[in-house]
Parts: sequence; C-alpha cells; structure tokens
Amino acid sequence: MTDKSSGLFNWINTRLPIVNTFERHLSKHPVPKKVNFWYMFGALATVVLILQVVTGIWLMFGYESTEEGAFASIEYIMRDIEGGWIIRYMHTTGASMLFAVVYLHMFRGLLYGSYHKPRELVWIFGMAIYFVMMAEGFLGYVLPYGQMSYWGAQVIISLFGAIPYIGESLELWIRGDYYISGATISRFFALHVVALPLILIALVFIHLIALHEVGAGNPEGVDIEKYVDEDGVPLDSVPFFPYKVLNALVAIGIFGIVFSLIMFFFPEAGGYFIELANFEEANPLNTPEHIAPVWYYSPYYAMLRAVPDKFGGLIVMSSAIAILFVMPWLDRSKAASIRYKGVLSKIAMILFVFSWILLTWLGTVPVTELRKTLSIIGTIIYFAFFLLMPIYTSIEKSKPVPERL
Amino acid sequence: MEEKEKINLRRKVLIGMTAAVGAAGVSFAAVPFISSWNPSAKAKAIGVPVKIDVSKIQIGQKIQVAWRKQPVFVIRHTKEALENLIKVESKLDDPSSLNIEEPYRDINPTRSTSKEFTVIAGICTHLGCSPKYYPEIEPQPWDDAWVGGFFCPCHGSMFDIVGRVFKGVPAPTNLKVPPHFFDGNILTIGEDRGTA
Repeated sequence: MTDKSSGLFNWINTRLPIVNTFERHLSKHPVPKKVNFWYMFGALATVVLILQVVTGIWLMFGYESTEEGAFASIEYIMRDIEGGWIIRYMHTTGASMLFAVVYLHMFRGLLYGSYHKPRELVWIFGMAIYFVMMAEGFLGYVLPYGQMSYWGAQVIISLFGAIPYIGESLELWIRGDYYISGATISRFFALHVVALPLILIALVFIHLIALHEVGAGNPEGVDIEKYVDEDGVPLDSVPFFPYKVLNALVAIGIFGIVFSLIMFFFPEAGGYFIELANFEEANPLNTPEHIAPVWYYSPYYAMLRAVPDKFGGLIVMSSAIAILFVMPWLDRSKAASIRYKGVLSKIAMILFVFSWILLTWLGTVPVTELRKTLSIIGTIIYFAFFLLMPIYTSIEKSKPVPERL
Repeated sequence: MEEKEKINLRRKVLIGMTAAVGAAGVSFAAVPFISSWNPSAKAKAIGVPVKIDVSKIQIGQKIQVAWRKQPVFVIRHTKEALENLIKVESKLDDPSSLNIEEPYRDINPTRSTSKEFTVIAGICTHLGCSPKYYPEIEPQPWDDAWVGGFFCPCHGSMFDIVGRVFKGVPAPTNLKVPPHFFDGNILTIGEDRGTA
C-alpha cells in the first residue's frame, strides 16, 4: 500500500506487521452495516476496563495493604492526596459501571443470540471474563478493610467452607489466618492488582480475536457472509474503521456524561456503589445489623438466601453462573434474534428479566418471610428460563430470518 | 511403512513419559507456592489462649471475648434459663450435638466444663457472621414464639441460649465450643486442661 523502499515507517513495517494488523482488524475488518445501540456496550466495557487499570495504578501509590494501615490509607487517599478523591471515586464508580455495561452487553447477547453458531467460543470467553471480573470486584471490595469489606469477605470465604470434607481447611488456607487479617489483605491486594488483571486482559484479547475470526452479529440474526462481493467482502458490511469507531465515540461521549454525573454527585449511589457500612473500619467482633453485597452480586446472593441449606445454597448460587456458560447449547431455535423467535421465547425473556431485577433488589434488602418466598419464586424462574430453553425453543415456530440485512 | 509406525509409537510413548515426568515436576514445584498461603508462624503465634476472670459477669449476662481475633461468647445463665433448656429441644436440629465434634459432650447442659457458664464461638456455622443475643422470651420479628437465644442478622439462622441450632435454618450445625477450662474464677479459652 505504501512505498516499500524507504523511510523509517517502512523500515519498521517490514519488521513488525503494523499495516497488516491495522487493515486486518480495523480498516478492512467487515462489520454489519446496521446494528443498534445494544452493540455499543462492548466498546464501553473496554473503555472502563482501561480506566480501571489506570485509576487502579494511581490508587496503589497511596494504598497500604496492611491490617492497621488499609482503612486509614483509603482516608489518606480521599483527604490528603491531591486529586486522590476523584481517582478513587473514578475507580469505585468504574467498578459498578463496568458491571453495568457488561450486564447490558451480556443481555444483548441473550436478546440477539450472539452465542449462536459460530460464536460459541466468543460467548464462552466472554463468560470467563465475567467470572474473573466477579472475583476481581470481590477482592477489590475487601481492600479498604471497612465493615462491609470484612463481613462480606467473611461470608464469601465461608462459602468455600460449605464444600464437604476440605471446606474448613480451604477457608483457613484462603485467609492465611484465623480471621480476615493483614495476611488476607496483602494476598488479595496482589491478586487484585497483578494476577487477575493479567488474566482478565488475556481473556479480553482472546474474546476479541475469536470475535474477529467469526465476525460480529447483528440484531436481525442475518448471516452477512452469505452475500459477498468479488473481493469476498460481505455486501451488508462496512469496515470497522472509521465507521464503527466513530459510532463508538458518540456512545463513549454519552456514557462519559452519565459516568461523570454519578462520580461527581452520587459516588455512593445511595449505598449501592459504596455501601455505607464501609465507611466504618472493620471490626471482627461485631457484624453489622444488615449485610448485603454490592448490587452486581445481588441476584446470586438472593438465591443463596432462598435456600435454607448451606451446601445447597452454594450449589444453587454457582449453578446460576455456570449455566450461562452452556447457553449456546440450550437455545435450539433456528432464529438467533428474539425478533424472529416464537412467542414462547419472548414470554420467557420477559419473565427472565423480571426475575433478574426482582432478585437483584431482594439481595440488597433484609430478609422477611414474604421476601424469602419471592426470592424462591425468582430463583425458580431464573433457572426455568435456562433449563426449559431446549424445550420451548424447539417446539415454538420461529419466523423466517431475512436473507439480507 | 511398518518401521515408520514403530517409530511413531516409540515417539508417542516417549512424549507421554516426558509429559508425565514434567507434570510430576510441576506438582512438586507447586508445593511451596501453595503452602505459602497457610497461616504463617506469626499468625499461629497470635492465636495463643486468653484468660478472663468470670466472677465479674452478672447472672444472665453475656460477654464477648476475642480469641484469635474472633468473638467468643461467655454467658452466665440464670437457673430458670438452664431449666428451660430441655423444653426447647423439640425445636432444635441436633440437641445433643451429635453432628459435630463436641469437646465436652454430656458433661453439663451448658455444653461447657462449667455448670453455670456457656463458652461458645460467636461465629455462625452458616457463613461466618456473628449472631446477636436476644435472651428474652418474647415474640421477635423472625419468630413469633421466640424462646430466647441467638439470631444471626445475615441469613436468619437461630440458636438457643447455649448455641444449639434450630430446625429449618441455613446454619448446618450448632455453634462450636472452643477448648477451654475453668480454674476457680479464671476461664482460659484456647486450650484444654489436659494440654495446659
């Protein structure tokens, strides 16, 4: 494409595939020409991930991973370091917003069947990202060593204790002490800032490489590879750069406004993003009256509380996450998109959304008899959506999918 | 052709053996990495026994002692409370603590080595929250026929006044009894008389 004979750029390009990579993954990478706003959340997630890495590095400058120093060092960042408060609020808001955009991104996958053949591995690596993110979020939440950090970690680590035979020694091994101490914080710190981010970034890389191999989907569930021009480029596609990059920039701009509003005016989000009990230092002798996870773990927590058995609770909770991994094999529908699926799938999707919102709310409030019954109902609907999917997607009649986008 | 197959088989065996030896090496190399997560010598040293004077505890009072930085409840029961213990047994999942390792089984109704005091770990056997003490026999939001005992605010597990778990709650077993002994009015938590 350029003069191959001279110049520094050419010297580099003949040794490092800059032009090839740019063309292959950006300027000549075909994406469906017609998509909607649901397709913006992947880009937003990438942006927030980068923000988390940068703000995280800056927080490390002031944070101290010891039992005596952890809580005080957060206050030090908030009050004494210039601009420390904004960096920390960017990180805490970023954590919740990353989950928010990832949940919307995953919901897009459910709506338009992004897991359908040949995108099974894109979906599975995406789920792996979600799983590592949950661990990463949990570890990060423990670091300030506030009351909710302590007791939240106590509950989560005790979950491992529900595993028969090895449970109790596993708990002790994870904590490295008889309680969640400095030993626990320093290992969680190392995992949170080094080990899991490395895994996360590697998984994101694989997720994108797999996506670029099979190409992005679209809201119609149309296979754009069917009609190609003489160069093999799909007719219903545009190159990713500059078309989709500019789209994404608009989305990032709007998202930035929402993000800033939260960060500047409601960084605690009424106790949903930063729980109020966490403004008190950890006290291993006193459990707060009401402990609840941050909103993004809440549906699973509601399921845990719905089961009156320790091991059973663990099984239900982990199955709720595990079942998402096998989505590609649960959906037997010929149409990928909800637009062309039958009425049963549409009803199931509405019920599923309803149960998810219900469980998210239930996990954040104290238990009463009525709420316990509701969380049992919510849990049943959640699992029914997945477990009955092979049945209702094969008996219903889906509409024919169009040939062209 | 046959010669080639022989060589291929030989290769497969050699690759398999090399992989097996490599895997064994990796598992041995993993030992220090895994064991470094066990409680350190320092953490173990802090877990030494604690001593308290129980004569200052009022009758009917519950105090909280920290052992290994974890709450341990010491309760000095009233006579009536101890007499009531037998009455609540029908509500309990495991009144004789048969499902757990009970260090002082069948010695006293208090589950401890004392006739008057109960010494229990203040850590819910469900998911590790610290249960709250509600000794009065009166209706509570979580139980209309509350007979007094411990209620865990996290997931609603209930225990009687000596830490025995109720039926139909998420906690699987009774609250644990830590090793302890009384020497007159001095209670030592964290070791048995035998090991002292």
